[in-house]
Amino acid sequence: MSSKNEQVWSDTQASPEFQDLKRKFRGFAFPLTVAFLVWYFLYVILTAFAREWVSTPVVGNINIAFILGLLQFATTFLIMWLYERHSSHSLDGPSDALRDKVDKELSK
Amino acid sequence: MSSTTLSAILFVAFVVFTLVLVFRAGRSNKQSSDFYDGGGSFSGFQNGLAIAGDYMSAASFLGIAGTIALFGYDGFLYSIGFLVAWLVALLLVAEPLRNSGRFTMGDVLAFRMKQRPVRGAAATSTLVVSIFYLMAQMVGAGALVSLLLGINDPSAKNWIIGGVGILMIVYVTVGGMKGTTYVQIVKAFLLMTGAILLTVMVLWQFGFNISDLLGAARDASGKGEAFLQPGLKFGKDVIDVATGAIDPVKTLISKLDLISLGMALVLGTAGLPHILIRFYTVPTSKAARKSVNWAIGNIGAFYLMTIALGFGAAALVSRATLFRGFKVDANGCLMDAKGMAIANGDVACTPLADVGTLDAAAKAMLVPVDPSGNVAAPQLAQFLGGGEGTTGGAIMLAVIGAIAFATILAVVAGLTLASSSSFAHDLYANVIKKGTASPAEEVRVAKISAVVIGGISIVLAIGAQGLNVAFLVAIAFAIAASGNLPAVLYSLFWKNFNTRGAVWSIYGGLFSAVILLVFSPNVSGAATSLIPFVEGGVRFDFFPLANPGIVSIPLGFFFGWLGTITSSERNLAKYAELEVRSMTGAAIGKAVQH
Repeated sequence: MSSKNEQVWSDTQASPEFQDLKRKFRGFAFPLTVAFLVWYFLYVILTAFAREWVSTPVVGNINIAFILGLLQFATTFLIMWLYERHSSHSLDGPSDALRDKVDKELSK
Repeated sequence: MSSTTLSAILFVAFVVFTLVLVFRAGRSNKQSSDFYDGGGSFSGFQNGLAIAGDYMSAASFLGIAGTIALFGYDGFLYSIGFLVAWLVALLLVAEPLRNSGRFTMGDVLAFRMKQRPVRGAAATSTLVVSIFYLMAQMVGAGALVSLLLGINDPSAKNWIIGGVGILMIVYVTVGGMKGTTYVQIVKAFLLMTGAILLTVMVLWQFGFNISDLLGAARDASGKGEAFLQPGLKFGKDVIDVATGAIDPVKTLISKLDLISLGMALVLGTAGLPHILIRFYTVPTSKAARKSVNWAIGNIGAFYLMTIALGFGAAALVSRATLFRGFKVDANGCLMDAKGMAIANGDVACTPLADVGTLDAAAKAMLVPVDPSGNVAAPQLAQFLGGGEGTTGGAIMLAVIGAIAFATILAVVAGLTLASSSSFAHDLYANVIKKGTASPAEEVRVAKISAVVIGGISIVLAIGAQGLNVAFLVAIAFAIAASGNLPAVLYSLFWKNFNTRGAVWSIYGGLFSAVILLVFSPNVSGAATSLIPFVEGGVRFDFFPLANPGIVSIPLGFFFGWLGTITSSERNLAKYAELEVRSMTGAAIGKAVQH
């Protein structure tokens, strides 16, 4: 890898456009990851330690444990949709622009 | 025509059809890179289906349905862990991995590191994870045959395992990634179709009322309300035999084991090499994201349907059938775990035929012949078709049986591809040849290693037939979560991460998981261990949990951190390149220069 290319990478990394893209990605993906992991482990811990409570029937034979399990499915689909919306609105455009700029500079 | 013959015909039809696809794919493979990434030209939708086909193994289809059928709610915990895990892949791994690697997990791990040690470690853990997973699938294939074809002859099972092994070798060596992808897409389509068919038929029986389905399953289970609540299989309350009270320490351990399993399930997926390399088969990170979206849609829908399959089997198929019968003593009397005959009221001996007349307390003492419940889904299909001895029952059993075979074949092909790619690209080209191997030579080695790895798996699987399939899969997930995931995340997101950090993280996580497993009740100290415990016999179960994840996953992260801060190596220039590439997709498809 030539030093000219190295310069392109480090200049891009330091550029405000890139830092902005990185912040928009991490600011969305990292907290969301923490959130769904906390929510998932909360569910697992409740099924392990709050047996009586999660066994409370809600509708017919469907108890809280089933509702919580189905909510895990629902939040998974919801997070997928939120991330897709965030990416296509806020990340794809700047990311493609930076890619084209970097590829042009690399081929100079 | 018997369901056995029909099953065999359908399966042969699937094999012939996929072989045609694979040979056509093989002819269109032009460049050597096609072997690894199928030309990188699949669409997000195609790859999403292929991911679903690669991921939903026999453990998902047969194992989860069986666990729900026998233990009720607890089987559902697997479904949830296996699905939520995809968010780790979606939010943190799929896109940056696509942008910064080419063929293997090792590409990303070794990007800014010294090539040889890191690629050696990456290849080792890829091979270990994939071979455990391969063994699980092939043992499952052998078991499935004996269930569906009624063959219990061990040599026939060995032939089936050998046949599955040879087919997967052909798929991979002839079709490469493209051929394997086609097989996985076809399988995903068949599996979804089969699951939808069964789900609709089950729900039809209960007027599409889920609550009625659950109620019928509860009533047929003989376990009462507990069947619909967590705790029959995982995180059980352990009763102290001497006092009859709950043993607080053992109960806590049992609950921690449940949390440990949950950790391995949710963090393992994004560290499975055969899943990671699927992200390289699409041209852009956007397509990688779309493929994960499609995969989540398919996998989520499938796991929702496992509720209907599992509880449907519990409600409609008799317990004795699900368990493939109960153990009887030499006099033909149903017996308990200690080998004593189970009394039925005043009658001391209960023949198997009278199992339905036992009261709940006596039923609780029954010992199943096959406690895994792997037959639940096929037997549910037989019931829904009209029951044993009917044409409809035979057709349904044959169709679902053939789909289960297809499921296994698609997964083993993906695993063989991942391990042979890593062997050729990481170990041979970069560790042994130090980067001087030509691409054609690399692919030749990959094909040879596919044959060798396939052969090794056949031998191991034949030897491992006594092992529980779900246990083998859980090992693979625990190792992937402990050895691979920490290194992948550090590589992508931590500026200071370096060679020592990567090597320590992979080997540290891998060995922690393996060592804890060796000293766990899986291997010794319990009646169900690999070395079944007898009074006064050897035991070395110093680690009380069956699932090592809760300790080994944090250790994987810890060793990665410790290795990094104790080494002065920093590679900030290469990190700049990795970070920009991973976020933007710049220079995609260009060779990574070493």
